[in-house]
Amino acid sequence: MYEFLREFSVSYGLVAMMTVFVALCLWPFRPGAQKHNHDAAQSIFEDEAHGE
Amino acid sequence: MQIEAALGRTGLWFFIMLLSIVVAATAADSGFAAHAILVGLIAFALMWMSAARFDPVSNGRSFFKMPDGPSRYDDDVVRWGAIATMFWGMAGLAAGLFIALQLAFPQLNFEPYFNFGRVRPLHTSAVIFAFGGNALIATSFYVVQRTCRTQLAFPSLARFVFWGYQLFIVLAATGYLLGITQSREYAEPEWYVDLWLTIVWVAYLTVFVGTIIRRHEPHIYVANWFYLAFIVTIAMLHIVNNLAVPISFLGSRSYSAFAGVQDALTQWWYGHNAVGFFLTAGFLAMMYYFVPKQAERPVYSYRLSIIHFWSLIFLYIWAGPHHLHYTALPDWAQTLGMVFSVMLWMPSWGGMINGLMTLNGAWDKVRTDPIIRMMVMALAFYGMSTFEGPMLSIKSVNSLSHYTDWTIGHVHSGALGWNGMITFAAMYYLFPRLWKRKRMYSLRMINWHFWLATIGIVFYASSMWVAGITQGLMWREYGPDGYLVNSFADTVAALHPMYIMRAFGGLLYLSGAAIMSYNVWMTLAGKLRDEAPMTETPHDEAVDRPIVTPQANAVPAE
Repeated sequence: MYEFLREFSVSYGLVAMMTVFVALCLWPFRPGAQKHNHDAAQSIFEDEAHGE
Repeated sequence: MQIEAALGRTGLWFFIMLLSIVVAATAADSGFAAHAILVGLIAFALMWMSAARFDPVSNGRSFFKMPDGPSRYDDDVVRWGAIATMFWGMAGLAAGLFIALQLAFPQLNFEPYFNFGRVRPLHTSAVIFAFGGNALIATSFYVVQRTCRTQLAFPSLARFVFWGYQLFIVLAATGYLLGITQSREYAEPEWYVDLWLTIVWVAYLTVFVGTIIRRHEPHIYVANWFYLAFIVTIAMLHIVNNLAVPISFLGSRSYSAFAGVQDALTQWWYGHNAVGFFLTAGFLAMMYYFVPKQAERPVYSYRLSIIHFWSLIFLYIWAGPHHLHYTALPDWAQTLGMVFSVMLWMPSWGGMINGLMTLNGAWDKVRTDPIIRMMVMALAFYGMSTFEGPMLSIKSVNSLSHYTDWTIGHVHSGALGWNGMITFAAMYYLFPRLWKRKRMYSLRMINWHFWLATIGIVFYASSMWVAGITQGLMWREYGPDGYLVNSFADTVAALHPMYIMRAFGGLLYLSGAAIMSYNVWMTLAGKLRDEAPMTETPHDEAVDRPIVTPQANAVPAE
């Protein structure tokens, strides 16, 4: 079990973690995300009239 | 129906009280018995209140002058959390000042309940888990409702989270003074208190996720990502690090499920991520909501906030081994911890830049708005301590700094500078809004608080740098015959002036918090202090006129 986990963690596990991490970081840079990011950043100001 | 419910509740508290009496009578040790009596007393009080249909919460609400009537958002538990933050903040800072004075003047060690070894975890838990934890619970419930544009899911569960968390704090704090500890730093409470916290924490997760699920905004704002990461990761860390076997189910002692170096690594995997996910991710969530709101500008870069989030999540979890440099931990694990700690510098500074640049175009507010000033100082200290941390994690630096007061100075520049300041700023933002007041009672008092806190931190951090480096150099000094030059007591004597300076810094910081408490108290009372505004644009009547030149003397243009 230990041997398996150790081998896995320095091969497929490492590659998978790295891929997921890079993909998540690149996600906000996908085409068309600019407007989405802008809207998200502004979203906390929309409740002014409704909130208290 | 109501009478039946009240009877049922009375019966439940009566049953818990009976159970506590049985446990107290059969307990294996006096500490466990004391805690059973404490729980029994609380159950007795609640039983009596249910029977008399006395509602202490609504009485408390009128005592603290909370606005009545239905709110659009469910802010009741947020108000209680804000008050608890202030209360535990004062308690924790006072305990800190007390132990700082104990180190300078050992006569203040009152055996056995108030010696340094027992009050020190009381201080750390009070400021981290009681002050910081209540601030996180209160702000997370406030922010998640606003950013999701919905009310809290499971309102009664949310109330259980708040009051259950207070019970956890009281059990932990009294336990330390009674000598109940499993001796794991920042995880001192014993198994039964850990189990209680697990129940409370699962309820917290349920309320938070439930609220996100019923949101009316399509996007989940980034502050909620940080809050969720904090809640989920703390649950994981807490459960794994506290895996233990109780000696008796009627006793307070337990043995860890791990042994030796595995136990040490589990503990510091927990310990460092308590810093990473409790004191960093959770407070960054506050930063990503309250800094843009107070500055009235959106966050500088939403993209950067997402990269900040994922890099923090992926890197922080590996940094723990740097607490175990030059120990029995395998060398590769120490190096791994060091490398990840150094890499952490980048996302940390990315987040700091993101927060500071949010003020781009509104920098004048630093001059006029003391709350913004506090936020800027918090971010500056976030930047400083996340630079100092990676530096201290480098093995060669660590060989000098480890076990010295430099570490204490580092922790406090992060805790007082970053966590304290951002929490105070968020509370100054929240109190007038939660109590429907125009503004805080006094803005000038916020400014006083700011300067007292800042100067206090400067005293604290600089004295601890000097103390730490002195200590490290004295410990490693060899004479020509190969023997150590200094005994441990020599270093203690050398540090005495530094310890007094540190206590003075703590006194300043505590005074700032005391001024805040007064300011908050007057705000709740609905008063506004008559004071000069923070900024004035002067008007000079004498120069406010056109230049009148006598027409007769005018030389006509050629």
